[in-house]
Amino acid sequence: MNQLGFPILTLLIAIPTFAAIACLFVRADMARWIALAATLVDFALGLLLWANYDVGGPQWQFVENVPLFGRFAWAMGIDGIALMLILLSVFLMPICIAASWDAIEKRVPEYMAAFLLMETLMIGVFAAQDLFLFYIFFEAGLIPMYLIIGIWGGVDRIYASYKFFLYTLLGSVLMLIAMLWMAQYAGTTYIPVLMAVDFPPEAQTWLFLAFFASFAVKMPMWPVHTWLPDAHVQAPTAGSVILAGVLLKMGGYGFIRFSLPMFPEASAQMFWLVMGLSMVAIVYASLVALVQQDMKKLIAYSSVAHMAFVTFGLFAFNRQGIEGALLVMLSHGLVSGALFLCVGVIYDRLHTREIARYGGLSNNMPRYAVLFLLFTMASVGLPGTSGFVGEFLAMLGVYQASSWAAFVATTGIILGAAYMLYLYRRVAYGPLDKPDVAAMPDLSGREIATLAPLAAVVLWMGVYPESFISPMRADVGAVLARLERAKPQGDAQLAAGHGPQLSPVAHGGAH
Amino acid sequence: MIKLIVFLPLIAAAIAGLGNKALGNIAAKALTTGALLVACALSWPIFLGFLSGETTAYVEPVLSFIRSGDLNVDWALRVDTLTAVMLVVVTSVSALVHLYSWGYMAEDPDQPRFFAYLSLFTFAMLMLVTSDNLIQMFFGWEGVGLASYLLIGFWYYKPSANAAAIKAFVVNRVGDFGFSLGIFGTFLVFGTVSIPAILEAAPGMAGSTIGFLGYRVDTMTLLCLLLFIGAMGKSAQLGLHTWLPDAMEGPTPVSALIHAATMVTAGVFMVCRLSPMFETSQTALTVVTYVGAATALFAATVGTVQTDIKRVIAYSTCSQLGYMFFAAGVGAYGAAMFHLFTHAFFKALLFLGAGSVIHAMHHEQDMRFYGGLRKHIPLTFWAMMAGTLAITGVGVAGVFGFAGFYSKDAIIEAAYAAGTTSGGVAFVVAVFAALLTSFYSWRLVFLTFFGAPRWAASEHIQHAVHDEHAHDAHHVAHEVPDEGAGSEPIHDQRGIDEVKHGTAGYHPHESPWPMLVPLIVLTLGAIFAGYVFAGAFIGAETGAEFWKGSLAFNEHLMHAMHGVPLWVQLSATVVMVTGLLVALWAYIIDTSIPGRFTAQFRLLYDFLLHKWYFDELYDVIFVRPAFAIGRFLWKRGDQGTIDRFGPDGFATLVATGGVAARRLQSGYLYTYALVMLLGLAAAATWAMVG
Repeated sequence: MNQLGFPILTLLIAIPTFAAIACLFVRADMARWIALAATLVDFALGLLLWANYDVGGPQWQFVENVPLFGRFAWAMGIDGIALMLILLSVFLMPICIAASWDAIEKRVPEYMAAFLLMETLMIGVFAAQDLFLFYIFFEAGLIPMYLIIGIWGGVDRIYASYKFFLYTLLGSVLMLIAMLWMAQYAGTTYIPVLMAVDFPPEAQTWLFLAFFASFAVKMPMWPVHTWLPDAHVQAPTAGSVILAGVLLKMGGYGFIRFSLPMFPEASAQMFWLVMGLSMVAIVYASLVALVQQDMKKLIAYSSVAHMAFVTFGLFAFNRQGIEGALLVMLSHGLVSGALFLCVGVIYDRLHTREIARYGGLSNNMPRYAVLFLLFTMASVGLPGTSGFVGEFLAMLGVYQASSWAAFVATTGIILGAAYMLYLYRRVAYGPLDKPDVAAMPDLSGREIATLAPLAAVVLWMGVYPESFISPMRADVGAVLARLERAKPQGDAQLAAGHGPQLSPVAHGGAH
Repeated sequence: MIKLIVFLPLIAAAIAGLGNKALGNIAAKALTTGALLVACALSWPIFLGFLSGETTAYVEPVLSFIRSGDLNVDWALRVDTLTAVMLVVVTSVSALVHLYSWGYMAEDPDQPRFFAYLSLFTFAMLMLVTSDNLIQMFFGWEGVGLASYLLIGFWYYKPSANAAAIKAFVVNRVGDFGFSLGIFGTFLVFGTVSIPAILEAAPGMAGSTIGFLGYRVDTMTLLCLLLFIGAMGKSAQLGLHTWLPDAMEGPTPVSALIHAATMVTAGVFMVCRLSPMFETSQTALTVVTYVGAATALFAATVGTVQTDIKRVIAYSTCSQLGYMFFAAGVGAYGAAMFHLFTHAFFKALLFLGAGSVIHAMHHEQDMRFYGGLRKHIPLTFWAMMAGTLAITGVGVAGVFGFAGFYSKDAIIEAAYAAGTTSGGVAFVVAVFAALLTSFYSWRLVFLTFFGAPRWAASEHIQHAVHDEHAHDAHHVAHEVPDEGAGSEPIHDQRGIDEVKHGTAGYHPHESPWPMLVPLIVLTLGAIFAGYVFAGAFIGAETGAEFWKGSLAFNEHLMHAMHGVPLWVQLSATVVMVTGLLVALWAYIIDTSIPGRFTAQFRLLYDFLLHKWYFDELYDVIFVRPAFAIGRFLWKRGDQGTIDRFGPDGFATLVATGGVAARRLQSGYLYTYALVMLLGLAAAATWAMVG
């Protein structure tokens, strides 16, 4: 079966499912504890998964395959990329439950059930090896999110969830059609096999675009990003954490699992489409973030800018770019999640997200100020934090593909610093002259317990990213092998120098 | 041992910073200062080992960092002559500044945080100077930027300090934008980010071309210039200099450590570290020369009209950094590093001395309200005198000179000796800037320590006098510094003859011993650093032995430098004396001259007072448009276009009328479920039948 001797992936999926059902039948307090226990058990299983993952072993591990009916199978299995994203999900879930402990007061059992169901579906997306199984998890995963925004959201929650729905619907219809065609053409729905199928180049183009419609919305890429700020603003804190932390990663996961390995020619063909949209996104979203008055909107726009680093890196068609993009996904999951938690902390105290209502929090909330600073710095990509490694690698990779794209992408480090430090200044610095702000107490033990683990992992990933890259290395290599034949030529076109002699190192670097 | 030097400050910073209030002031201060004293004590033997030629370069690995395909980056500590020079500069000045802060920050409520930041800075700076690859250098580079941001904004309740902190970070990020692209390009060309490997391969790439933004350019010129943009940001060179004067919002010990002696010299260090690479592109070196010369001139001119004592020294720093850059640009890297070395001592001395003056004058920073302080704070006075003698380069060739006499004159002579057009321009500019340097440095001394007291005009002094504790300056001097301190002096343009004279009954006190000891130690540095180390750093033969290839040491240029005509040698001394005499005349003998001069040359004066209008220009072309475009894209782009024709348009299209639209909105979940179901049915059909 697998190296553990029991179907761990199914177990990971089953535990939150049963816990979700259980939550519906108990009272609020009990539901909280059930949810916390279930997510912690899942986290422990996730660690077990990581510990037993054989780096350098077979590409697909912990494989389960139970035929259901016809050719439809309960096919589970993960590679290093899926492993990391599952770990991100199970790591964030207990934090989300803890963050919702006091903040959610109405319909707590349903809320906890929705979150647990979400966890089920998120893990399912990353673990599914069957095309239609993936589709079910991928699409169904949005239903609990709609509910979380629509029921426990802010004033404009209906509009926000409507927008969210409309964008997603368009993408999923097109993706479904493409999937049916692919299954028909290849005669299988088994993803590892599909990843090696050479679809005819003319079909690849429309297949790519159909998938692109779905993944671009999820990322989100410009110009289909406008659902994100509204969804974030209306979602409760923990909803934002999961939305930014995991749901946005499904777009990137889709690109690396489907678009790049299955449609390499089309991906190369669409190089400038993706690069162009990413270039616009970085500058556009950063400038818009600069003028936001609402904290959550600001961080939402910063997410759009950061996700552009992911699309940049993935479509650089080289190892640094793709590994960088994957690290940005992980890092952004942690950092933006943490930033939304930071917003949640002060929202719980003052019940407003308006930046101008705060100021001077360093005085009365020094612990909060330190942690918020750390995550701000991680968001601007300060070396030593997780934000740096991914962004830097992604841009390094992009430079090899196109100096123009890298030039624009790198402006992101200037603009990112501007809007994040401007936010930090308005919240944490300045005189403490508002009485209600001055009355806010510093972080509680529970809040520290939610933020401190994130801080630790952010630093870990910043100083020793190898722990996170090494499981994914071989899988990136597999994608690169598929892309090799279509890889676009970079614009550097290095010509030989007239120096004493051309060293082999220098020559090797010239593509 | 090197690990201990680098990581002790980090450990101390972490404990002091996280322990903070729980740890207490004394423990936090003792821990951080102790760590730095140990680091300093360990650094000098390393330096002396290189000086005597006993030690050879080595690299101490720490941990692997990033592995991605060909990219292989390790955390590692490189120690060679160049590093050793920086080690003693960084740890010595940092240790002294830690000690000084015991006195200067004595009344601050947030001392553990301050000392933690100082130690954190030192760690980042040490990581920078010991880096063996470009990415670790970038880590240190941005790390010192973070510490600088935190320390400039240390008094975070001051809006001006916050603005200055953000400005410093963002302007530095503009430099880092170039630095990053430079690293990307270097990796693309050489396939590595290891500095020794790059330097070895660089000559082979001389003359090659590369595509960049649609142009074909010389590879090495492109890489060097991109990296140099980073150096310009960190070292406040013309164009990216605007953050440095504003950085004076930070506490004065910070200005001494970060914005004079160490961090701002990182750019010079980088160019020297990569000097074999810069040597492959004459174009890049010419640009470095011109930028350095332009900065030296620009900052010196602005320095002559500033009235805030810290800003004068800040522009002086900016100007001296320009000297270092054009020294590197003409190929005299040894001279650039020598000036970096001596400058660290005398500029830290000047800043700490200024801090002592500010401390004595109850946080008044405007020199127009000083005067006659010589007798009240004699030790500070003599320290500042030593610093001024050092920066203006007082000395007699062949006998003895203060630190700057050896290093600055060497740069001026090297520029002449280079024999290139850019070198010639740099020489002329350097001599003129030396004249201005002498003038503004002596102006500072005369305004502060000589003449009649003008304290009565100072609001700070008035506060102090009216305060009930006025007779104990140490107690009141460290209350919350008000927002006026160090802010733009432009609104008040009164000359020294126009402000009220008199002491207002105020009695300045000499600073406590923790502040005086660093002054004394640095005074010794300012006096002897040049005399003692000139042979090693810039001697034609001895220099090559000392540097041992850690930078591109040019023996021919050094020979030529020592053999320039007499008039070139004397030019620096002549302008130094001239500047002194002009300052003496205008600020001691006939104090009406500055007022008459500014009235006569109003336009020039305003131009200098507004710092060549850089801030105003940047505000108009960068800051305001960024916000305006951001608002436009948000309102017109996202809301006015994408949403209008996207989701909102769809709603109105499908269901005209608000009620129907709302029904659609609330019914979406069912629609969605239906689509999914249909999809699944299709999939199931395929699974069964197909």
